Amino acid sequence: MTIRNDIPITDDLIASHGLKPDEYQRILDLIGREPTFTELGIFSAMWNEHCSYKSSRKWLRTLPTSGPRVIQGPGENAGVVDIGDGQAVVFKMESHNHPSYIEPYQGAATGMGGILRDVFTMGARPIAAMNALRFGEPDHPKTRHLVSGVVAGVGGYGNSFGVPTVGGEVQFDARYNGNCLVNAFAAGLADTDAIFYSKASGVGLPVVYLGAKTGRDGVGGATMASAEFDESIEEKRPTVQVGDPFTEKCLLEACLELMASGAVIAIQDMGAAGLTCSAVEMGAKGDLGIRLDLDRVPVREQHMSAYEMMLSESQERMLMVLRPEQEEEAEAIFRKWGLDFAIVGETTDDLRFRVFHQGEEVANLPIKELGDEAPEYDRPWVEPKAPAPLGPVPQVDVADALLKLLGSPDLSSRRWVWEQYDTLIQGNSLQIPGGDAGVARVEGHETKALAFSSDVNPRYCEADAYEGGKQAVAECWRNLTATGALPLAATDNLNFGNPERPEIMGQLVHAIKGIGEACRALDFPIVSGNVSLYNETSGQGILPTPTIGGVGLIDDWSKMARIGFAAADEIVVLIGPKGAWGWHLGQSALLREVFGRSEGAPPPVDLAHEKRAGDYVRQLIRDGVATAAHDLSDGGLAVALAEMAMASGIGATVDTWGADEAAAFFGEDQGRYLVTVSRENFGKLHGDPALAVSQIGTTGGSSLKLGNARAISVEELKAAHEGWFPAYMGQ
Amino acid sequence: MKSAVVLLPGLNRDRDMIAALTKIGGQAPATVWQTDTEIPDVDLIVIPGGFSYGDYLRCGAIAARMPVMRAVAEKAAKGVMVMGVCNGFQILLEAGLLPGALMRNASLNFVCREVKLEVANANTAFTRGYTPGQIIRCPVAHHDGNFFADAETLARIEGESQVVFRYADGTNPNGSLNDIAGVISDGGNVLGLMPHPENLIEAAHGGTDGRALFEGLLGKAA
Repeated sequence: MTIRNDIPITDDLIASHGLKPDEYQRILDLIGREPTFTELGIFSAMWNEHCSYKSSRKWLRTLPTSGPRVIQGPGENAGVVDIGDGQAVVFKMESHNHPSYIEPYQGAATGMGGILRDVFTMGARPIAAMNALRFGEPDHPKTRHLVSGVVAGVGGYGNSFGVPTVGGEVQFDARYNGNCLVNAFAAGLADTDAIFYSKASGVGLPVVYLGAKTGRDGVGGATMASAEFDESIEEKRPTVQVGDPFTEKCLLEACLELMASGAVIAIQDMGAAGLTCSAVEMGAKGDLGIRLDLDRVPVREQHMSAYEMMLSESQERMLMVLRPEQEEEAEAIFRKWGLDFAIVGETTDDLRFRVFHQGEEVANLPIKELGDEAPEYDRPWVEPKAPAPLGPVPQVDVADALLKLLGSPDLSSRRWVWEQYDTLIQGNSLQIPGGDAGVARVEGHETKALAFSSDVNPRYCEADAYEGGKQAVAECWRNLTATGALPLAATDNLNFGNPERPEIMGQLVHAIKGIGEACRALDFPIVSGNVSLYNETSGQGILPTPTIGGVGLIDDWSKMARIGFAAADEIVVLIGPKGAWGWHLGQSALLREVFGRSEGAPPPVDLAHEKRAGDYVRQLIRDGVATAAHDLSDGGLAVALAEMAMASGIGATVDTWGADEAAAFFGEDQGRYLVTVSRENFGKLHGDPALAVSQIGTTGGSSLKLGNARAISVEELKAAHEGWFPAYMGQ
Repeated sequence: MKSAVVLLPGLNRDRDMIAALTKIGGQAPATVWQTDTEIPDVDLIVIPGGFSYGDYLRCGAIAARMPVMRAVAEKAAKGVMVMGVCNGFQILLEAGLLPGALMRNASLNFVCREVKLEVANANTAFTRGYTPGQIIRCPVAHHDGNFFADAETLARIEGESQVVFRYADGTNPNGSLNDIAGVISDGGNVLGLMPHPENLIEAAHGGTDGRALFEGLLGKAA
């Protein structure tokens, strides 16, 4: 069916495009007349939350985004960070939450496709991916279906495209019952003198359409992603796009070949609101107008209207401005890879976005205002409520509690998930999922490697969004540090509920404040990101989930640390703040899994201590003193020790500390690491008076013995840890 | 020794394979494109892994019908060594250069993990770097590696020692009949295998068990 361009504009039509009455008035003021139907579609695409960040922009501006290594911060397809030797790492994380809930396989697959395109659009070959996934409670009737579809979709796309998945997260909570989260991260490598941007320059130059053909899939997708769900959700299925990783792989090779030829002036991938967003962005950034002739757009369906073409979210498409003298060369490259190549317009000097279809001008809009004058809201927000104070926590049998935690949905092994992802392709994976961070060697360099980690604890954020935001950054920074990497920069993927509710807006504001403070303190700028709001179903919002994806640099990977114990008869050292081993049980995994409780404040993050402890541990690794390293997070000391034992098959005996074993072994106090050192090197642990560097036990044997608890064989730990996921998925 | 790597749209372990051949053989292989009808004068042709043409039809079925595969078949008939890894194995089967078929993994899931392989026949041009019955480590990464052949074919290839690699120690990741991971042609010059020896050739890979295959092939064995 064709949607005509002369459909009259009514209040209902405006509302169904997600535009509020005052936003429509703004359109009228801007163009001085009633918009055409196609123009209304274009405005709704550019001004929705997904593209315009209208609720979050005011706060995103407060984040630190620059630093000595930052080549490109937020605002482009991905962030770019210098890693020396003329090379840069290009990375971003982006959500595909709403589509994945509606159609998990294709939603997740196209999420991968989108983030990979963001990276290679900038001239970088993707070298690593991660996925942060959050699902409803395991017993919810939809959860298994979503897990199975999302994991298969991520794998189906990434494996075929050929990027190794080196890390990620999977968590379950009832608050995601109606909205799962799929946050996809990708990183690529580029030469610093060959980074490509979306800013067009030069008048009268060809605007070229590349890649797959345009269909009706995804029409209105970005608008959907900015709306709450209700019971009519099944009706939204046609707005989810279908991914084609084969075409994307060809597009990658063709784009990199074309970029190397010197023909590309500007490039922008067609993501949300496809042709509209990409054309407007290229023109607006370059202070140029764009004229598009839709009759030249390659289509795969008949009788498509201008409205449909402008809002289509068909995947695997790119828009470029090319040097006219190299048009033929460019076309030959794309034909070789079996891809469409069509000149669909040109750059102009009138700062208008003009769209023609079948001899008719269907849109004529001011291009700068479309992008730059999108509404921006200072939405009202309230201080989040303080969490209920932590009640008394009874003592536990440490061994039983540890086994229970290791076999719980959130802390059990994710092997079932990551074995469905190709973790080894490209031959550069030094650490695959299961450790603190994924590590990939920098191809063509003898010793350099990059570390990647994705982190957030949404329960902490729910209890205290500010501390939770800080903690997400600190934990990511810590995970990178625990491999010996110097954390360079991060990307943030902020997943929240409906920002029109002041308490949700309060969470967003507080989380961003916490993230900003932590990033400043840890020299860890945010160089790219994405905001996903309206993650609500029938008025129930998700847990606030600001996912942080970080990248670190390892100068010499032969000195990199892993989490597994390296040998028997080595000394286990706990590095943390002065005082108790651990005491903080508010919002802990122990409280939740063993007692079914979720009260208390999350553990506070002392950023000065984090920096100090991290720098100390990194130096131990780089000096070759630490033979293994692991950061402490969910489940505290006991779970961290168990993970080190399971990764190596070597056991350990650890002393006890004080009478409160529950707190000592399961407290989730921040800023802590475990390292192992040989007996000979123990003396090299130079003291830092501000840190507690405590010998707490020794490695060896085939069991883990914690304090006064019974010893548990490493095999029993593994059985508990590896069992949950396959059993849950029925395999 | 000269080698060539076949490039097809959608293959994605081509870079891994080229790196392995270059690092171990000391010289970069030639490359041939899907539409090439002639292959340069080489001693070894390799079809790497990936998802040629998206595997949108049966895995390897489209690739097997591309012009370059006629050229590969002609070379194979003349005794040139041909090795297909993963998607390359699937393509050789679809091209009729090897016996059997590869079905979807028994788990129905893609699987990427390290397995153990037994070198079931070390008396081939491809495996002479190993000792008979040697157990090696090797990664797999595939969705359709479940080897199948009818009873008669299976009896024949087993009888003729055409099974070159077998999953060992209970690590069969895909349900393959007789734990078959790799088979060789009756002429002994065409090998197909699902695992990826090219991803286990240097310290950075955490092991070098895949190296002997390339060293044997490229005449670099110590």
